[in-house]
Amino acid sequence: MEPAIDPGSTAWMLASSAMVLLMVPGLALFYGGMVHRKNVLTTMMMSFVAMAVIGVQWVGFGYMLAFGTSIGGWLGWDPSLLGLSGIPHTRLYGDKAIPELVFVMFQGKFAIITPALISGAVAERMRFRSYVAFILIWSTVVYCPLAHWVWASDGWLFKLGVLDFAGGTVVHIAAGVSALVLALMLGPRRDVARGRTVLPNNLVLTLTGAGLLWFGWFGFNAGSAVAAEHPVAGAVAGLAFTTTQSAAAAAGLMWMVIERWRHGKVTSLGLASGLIAGLVAVTPAAGHIRPASALLLGAMAAAVCYAAVQLKAKLGYDDSLDAWGVHGVGGIFGALMTGVLCFTPVAGALAGNFGQLGLQAVGVAVAIVFSGLGTFVIATALKAVWGLRVEEDVERDGLDVIIHGERGYHFDQT
Amino acid sequence: MKMITAIIRPERLEAVEEALREILDEGDNFRLTVDTVEGHGRQEGEVELFRGKLVRVRRVQKSRISVAVNDAYVEKSIAAIIKGARSGEAGMVGDGKIFVTALEECVRIRTGERGGQAI
Repeated sequence: MEPAIDPGSTAWMLASSAMVLLMVPGLALFYGGMVHRKNVLTTMMMSFVAMAVIGVQWVGFGYMLAFGTSIGGWLGWDPSLLGLSGIPHTRLYGDKAIPELVFVMFQGKFAIITPALISGAVAERMRFRSYVAFILIWSTVVYCPLAHWVWASDGWLFKLGVLDFAGGTVVHIAAGVSALVLALMLGPRRDVARGRTVLPNNLVLTLTGAGLLWFGWFGFNAGSAVAAEHPVAGAVAGLAFTTTQSAAAAAGLMWMVIERWRHGKVTSLGLASGLIAGLVAVTPAAGHIRPASALLLGAMAAAVCYAAVQLKAKLGYDDSLDAWGVHGVGGIFGALMTGVLCFTPVAGALAGNFGQLGLQAVGVAVAIVFSGLGTFVIATALKAVWGLRVEEDVERDGLDVIIHGERGYHFDQT
Repeated sequence: MKMITAIIRPERLEAVEEALREILDEGDNFRLTVDTVEGHGRQEGEVELFRGKLVRVRRVQKSRISVAVNDAYVEKSIAAIIKGARSGEAGMVGDGKIFVTALEECVRIRTGERGGQAI
């Protein structure tokens, strides 16, 4: 029997969808504050442009590829979903008691923010048109299939039993690994190559962005309870909301403690980085673990991501804004720990079920290999066509005024 | 004593600083003041796009460096600034200018020393 539309679920999913979209400007501010003043606009544009590009792609054919009728668990396909033309606005989605269009929009926001996360690794030196082409192709051939495998009810990783509540593998590992591959292919920014540290132009923007990300993340994680059937979804949303808050707080606190211990001072950027690390790590686990486990997960994630960010300086690659160090490493850690700490719908390694940890490892490995290879192939092709990197003098004078014809700040002229 | 003031391209500031350091740093760091300034010479302001309209910004952003030196260092400092600030071999409009002015007195606030030794 077709369930009736549930007003509570529908309202929450509409709100969640808007909250996830708010994470995109949040990310733009977070990243934009950390670069040279001369690159603040291009850095923010790299997040904003995903709303325009993927926003069209998702309605056009992205949703069909990710959630259309499955071809053997590998890819969705259903021409009636092209342009969403075959979805009556009254049609409900599966057993969720919400309209399918609401589900389309909710998932669409995830598709938008995921490639935007990658931009943190390529900031201040990637050619804008190559970046735009990259995210369009990447979303189509990497994100959509991966989302299908992990989240569609016929996806092969989903059927295998891999848990990814809100996108630890699909969003954070995929974006983090791709970020690392791109950072390695692009090479370091000219200042970094000369041994200089790029100081942030405005940490106030970065902190504002971190706050918006945290707020939006409640939509991201608690909204993902839509994966559970109605009416269980409501209770799962409450759980995910609580674990999200717990992990973020514990991770922020842990990063503060580590910095106080290592450097004698607690920095604002450190606290913001810690919060984000906790939010990333709890993403795959949110609806599967208990609040106390989330505190532990967040604290551990902060320590792991702190180490990854420190390691960057030693290894010498230029992941400009730590897209790999926080999203990649935090995503991998969170996805594996989900298999340890989960209690619903299955028990994890902590309760003796080591098989779940093995399944999580499979999910992690598949996401790393698939997104890494996919990024390498796409970027190699784009390098041959347009080149990935701007010319030396463009990088020197700033991408804002040369590529976009604007400056972010005109303090003395206005 | 002379006061050397140079208006240069912001992106050449690092190169100028390094060139000056080579000749002025005698193991005790060297003295340099930098401001961000705006103005124009022959170089035209950069073109920006605002709501579809091309806007030529009247003034260009530049860096101004000030360094006080004893007479023996004047020519060497000028050569260093040129080396750091000139674009390519031939130079370009907008590379900037160097002004050298007489410096009547110099006082180190900490000790009250005066003249060349206070520089």
